[in-house]
Amino acid sequence: MTLASAEIRRELMKGNEAICVGAIAAGCRFYYGYPITPQNDIPEYMSAHLPPIGGMFLQAESEVATINFLLGTSASGMRVMTSSSGPGISLMQEGLSYMAGSELPAVIVNISRSGPGLGGIAPSQGDYFQAVKCGGHGGYRMPVLAPHSVQEMYSLTMLAFDLADKYRNPALILGDAIIGQMKEPFVPTPYVPTVPQEKPWALTGCAGRPRQNVKSLYLKDNEIEVHNWKLHRKYRQMQEEEVRFEPYRMDGAGIVIVAFGTAARVSKTAIQWARKEGLPVGMLRPISLFPFPSREVDEAAAGADVVLVIEMNTGQMLEDVRMSTRHHDKIRFLGKPCAMPTPEEIHQEIRRLAGEIGVKAGNAR
Amino acid sequence: MKGEARKKFTREVFSRPKSLVDVRTHFCPGCHHGIAHRILAESIDHFGIREKTIGVACVGCSVFLYDYIDVDVAEAPHGRAPAVATGVKRAQPDKFVFTYQGDGDLAAIGTSEIIHAANRGENITVLFINNTTYGMTGGQMAPTTMLGQKTSTSPYGREFRNDGYPIKMAELLATLEGTAYSARVATSTPGQIRKAKEAVRKAFEMQIREMGFSVVEFLSTCPTNWGMKPLDAQQRVLGEMSEYFPLGVYKERRQADFV
Repeated sequence: MTLASAEIRRELMKGNEAICVGAIAAGCRFYYGYPITPQNDIPEYMSAHLPPIGGMFLQAESEVATINFLLGTSASGMRVMTSSSGPGISLMQEGLSYMAGSELPAVIVNISRSGPGLGGIAPSQGDYFQAVKCGGHGGYRMPVLAPHSVQEMYSLTMLAFDLADKYRNPALILGDAIIGQMKEPFVPTPYVPTVPQEKPWALTGCAGRPRQNVKSLYLKDNEIEVHNWKLHRKYRQMQEEEVRFEPYRMDGAGIVIVAFGTAARVSKTAIQWARKEGLPVGMLRPISLFPFPSREVDEAAAGADVVLVIEMNTGQMLEDVRMSTRHHDKIRFLGKPCAMPTPEEIHQEIRRLAGEIGVKAGNAR
Repeated sequence: MKGEARKKFTREVFSRPKSLVDVRTHFCPGCHHGIAHRILAESIDHFGIREKTIGVACVGCSVFLYDYIDVDVAEAPHGRAPAVATGVKRAQPDKFVFTYQGDGDLAAIGTSEIIHAANRGENITVLFINNTTYGMTGGQMAPTTMLGQKTSTSPYGREFRNDGYPIKMAELLATLEGTAYSARVATSTPGQIRKAKEAVRKAFEMQIREMGFSVVEFLSTCPTNWGMKPLDAQQRVLGEMSEYFPLGVYKERRQADFV
């Protein structure tokens, strides 16, 4: 093999398509879904690309059915994915609770839109609470990953499959209309599995072994309490092992932005402008929203003069930032429900905060 | 007589099906779930498919399927068993996949899932237990509750102006192109049990021969929630229930019809 042929070519794709490429690279051969804007590129891509490689694409009658198709295929031991947007993800909450209770892995993609209700198709980060706190009943958690580039749409999807399998738990990708529809180059790096591929718990027929089941009902004395503590230990382990974040231009940053996804992407531009003016601003970008990088946020807040939380909602992650640190007096918020904050708006806010902490533009550090 | 002598001079005519686990069930006296379970287990044995069968249990009295039938079983959310079975069958088309659902599960909360699984011609088999009530939750009104029937949520009797009519699922599902087999049986007499067995075998055959969706509706009893003695409950099935829900085969696809 020559060097040239071993080279991985860059691809120019939409974020939604990069998710599909990542899923297929990670060995996902089963996709089920139901149409909803702004994620239709995903089922469309999968319906074209899965059958030729022996995979299965099936359009469901509803998101309620979709998530239960996932349940059945996951119980069969296969990697399986669906995607939707806010209203559809709401309909999946029942199934997600059952899958968490039954300890079944799967990847769920939310290319979120504005809400509540039918809301609109404008980009939004209004589904943060639902994703991170989990909207289904009974109390459970899921790893939630928030990509901020097409590259991450690709790579975090592969990671989501590994996390789902590692913890036998659904994992969620939280994107939005912008990151899903945006086209930019990315490098489809090869998938390297980080978890064993065997699933001895899968329901494959009881040939040569006792029958087994996949269930979430525990009626006997104390069983459900024992089960809940078992699940809790998994969530604790996620908090210990799966915190992911990106520190961006944090050197000497008196102003620390905390933002994820598209809001973080836009913030990077504003930070570059502000840094050129000598304003001491950086960003701590949570990549995993659950587990939330609480310790890192606390450390950043302790060392900063001011913490600016930026979200495309009226303040949801803001609550997790507040819970992560005692420095509440330093926390500011810039929110824009159902729209992208512009780099200009963020830049202006950075300048205002610089004034508040007594730093003037032009004083390069 | 014991040991060798027993084998030599006796002939086994009746025994527990291999696929039926030897445990005491939680079903009430006079409930027909036990009969349906037995027929299910016998059919699995008949086709010799125990080790390649995956069952899907629904929510209700029959959720403990995995304690009684010696096969792999997944538990579905209420009403979603046909969707879960779809996910299993799509992932493992070489396996035998069945659901076992009650009337609240299949004909109320899971109507969408059952109709679309049937309409897709999903190659699965559905055993549907119609006892005109929600058994596990304490005898509330079901979509199949008869007009005038008193339940814990229709204390004055089901009235069509308020609650509509009992739904006839075997007939409804037979109208769908994807359905290969739809029949309604009962298990209140030995003759009915024999016919029920035949129907379940037919339904199994449809799946084994990849003919599409198959469903067998069982008219069943719930003496506890009906407030009846077991024998009176049998009589109710033979009487008013069979009159409104006629027994019979509503659809049977022949190989020749299937392209």
